[in-house]
Amino acid sequence: MTAKANRWPLSPKLVGLGSLVLFFLLLEAVIRIGLISRYVVPPPSEILESFYGIIVHEHVFRRFLLTAGECLAAGVLITIFGVAGGVLLHRSELLRRACETWVASLAAAPIVLAYPLFMVLFGRNSWTIIIIGFIAGLPPVMLKTLEGIAGTRRVLINVGRSFNLTPTQQFWKIQLPAALPVIFTGIRLGLIFALINVVGVEFLINAGGLGPLINDLAERYDLAGTYAAICFVILVSVLFYMTLERAERWLRPAN
Amino acid sequence: MAATGQLTRKAAGVPFDPVTMLRVAIVAATLIVWEALSRSGWFYRDVIPSLWSIAKAVYALLTQGTFYFDLGVTAAEIGAALLIGGGLGLVAGILLGGSRFLSQAYETYLYYLGPTPKIIFFPVMIMWFGVGPESKVALGALSCFFPVALSVAAGMRQIDKVLIRVGRSFRARPWQMIVKIYLPAMRHPIVNGIRLGFGVALIGTLLAETKLSNMGIGFRIINAYSTFDIPRMYAMLIVLFVLAIAVNALIGRLGGLGAVKR
Repeated sequence: MTAKANRWPLSPKLVGLGSLVLFFLLLEAVIRIGLISRYVVPPPSEILESFYGIIVHEHVFRRFLLTAGECLAAGVLITIFGVAGGVLLHRSELLRRACETWVASLAAAPIVLAYPLFMVLFGRNSWTIIIIGFIAGLPPVMLKTLEGIAGTRRVLINVGRSFNLTPTQQFWKIQLPAALPVIFTGIRLGLIFALINVVGVEFLINAGGLGPLINDLAERYDLAGTYAAICFVILVSVLFYMTLERAERWLRPAN
Repeated sequence: MAATGQLTRKAAGVPFDPVTMLRVAIVAATLIVWEALSRSGWFYRDVIPSLWSIAKAVYALLTQGTFYFDLGVTAAEIGAALLIGGGLGLVAGILLGGSRFLSQAYETYLYYLGPTPKIIFFPVMIMWFGVGPESKVALGALSCFFPVALSVAAGMRQIDKVLIRVGRSFRARPWQMIVKIYLPAMRHPIVNGIRLGFGVALIGTLLAETKLSNMGIGFRIINAYSTFDIPRMYAMLIVLFVLAIAVNALIGRLGGLGAVKR
């Protein structure tokens, strides 16, 4: 395998990036020749140009802050209720046995489809968006908190015992710190789910920050602008994941 | 904590299974609170409909012929999306999993694009495929491509090296390697990928239907919302959730995923 990889004079990363650039150049050429209508796919150069328009005229920064704020609100709720829920499930064996599979199936349920329902309950505003993000991100945090606390190494618990810690001290000094890396993995997953749902619902109900931007531009039939807005949202989400990944690696240097 | 421990031990002495009893209690409490909220008059009329009116709406829905037509439309769209997106995902996954070079060059892009909200591509899909079912299929396919591709690529790398060597020593051609070695060895990751793919294809297709369409369950849900027929909306969501969970379980069962949990 490695021998094969070494035959290539360029690093794979460079080839990946290069072929991406090549793809866009080819697309540009094909559109300019007229093989693909520019009213279906605008040339990449035009999309690049409309980035400027989006940033200057569409208050993209304010929109970004709004979406980020909604994500943050959902994230705070997820962290508080998710960790508390996980701890609760860990403390009560009975509750865990009754509800763990429910929480797991909640993670797989297409909750976001019920967005009209949330619109009825909370109105067409940021609350609907935050609540859906919260519900979407809750299960991973609960399950990972449970997994982290339950997986505390025996040695650490015994250390606590030998110091005669009370159960409360045992929890705050030993179990919670030991579980933190796993809990953070849960929070990271929860935040990703929250972001997906927040932006998706913003787009669907046409309220909030970045989601409606795509709607507005598409409705104005500003094709290049629509594509640029989509690229912008993707860029924001990719940056978001990368930051979270960095943060996680920083939190658990062992891995 | 000590108190809950005692409680558990005490509960274990009861002749009924305490877990089942707790579950029944939670469900009953939820229903009672729901009904109480529904009758309290704190919300606008019908925002939280009574259980009885929801049950009536479910019955009306299930005995209605048009519902099955819409269900058929949506099911066909999801099926087509799963076939196209899943098929392409399988091919991409095998390519990426089979070559370290390709995986290092391109997998990062898939990995980062995977979790972006796909629904935002819907305006583009409308431009490419029109406002009919095609654009919903396209969005569903786009959604399910990523989980299938990433799951298959990861599964491909976990195949026992011995199996691959067996295939090589029999001088299997690439196609034979795929059909006789890779695919059977990757059954679990593939089924798991399809399960994840089904989930996101369902969401993608239905969300697209709620955004812009004139048939399908998603359209009916948003239609019920805009005519404020809330019990009917609840009924459709309940039926949809039950169906989604059932199909999810069925795919897992067919793939023999009993032991593999995810």
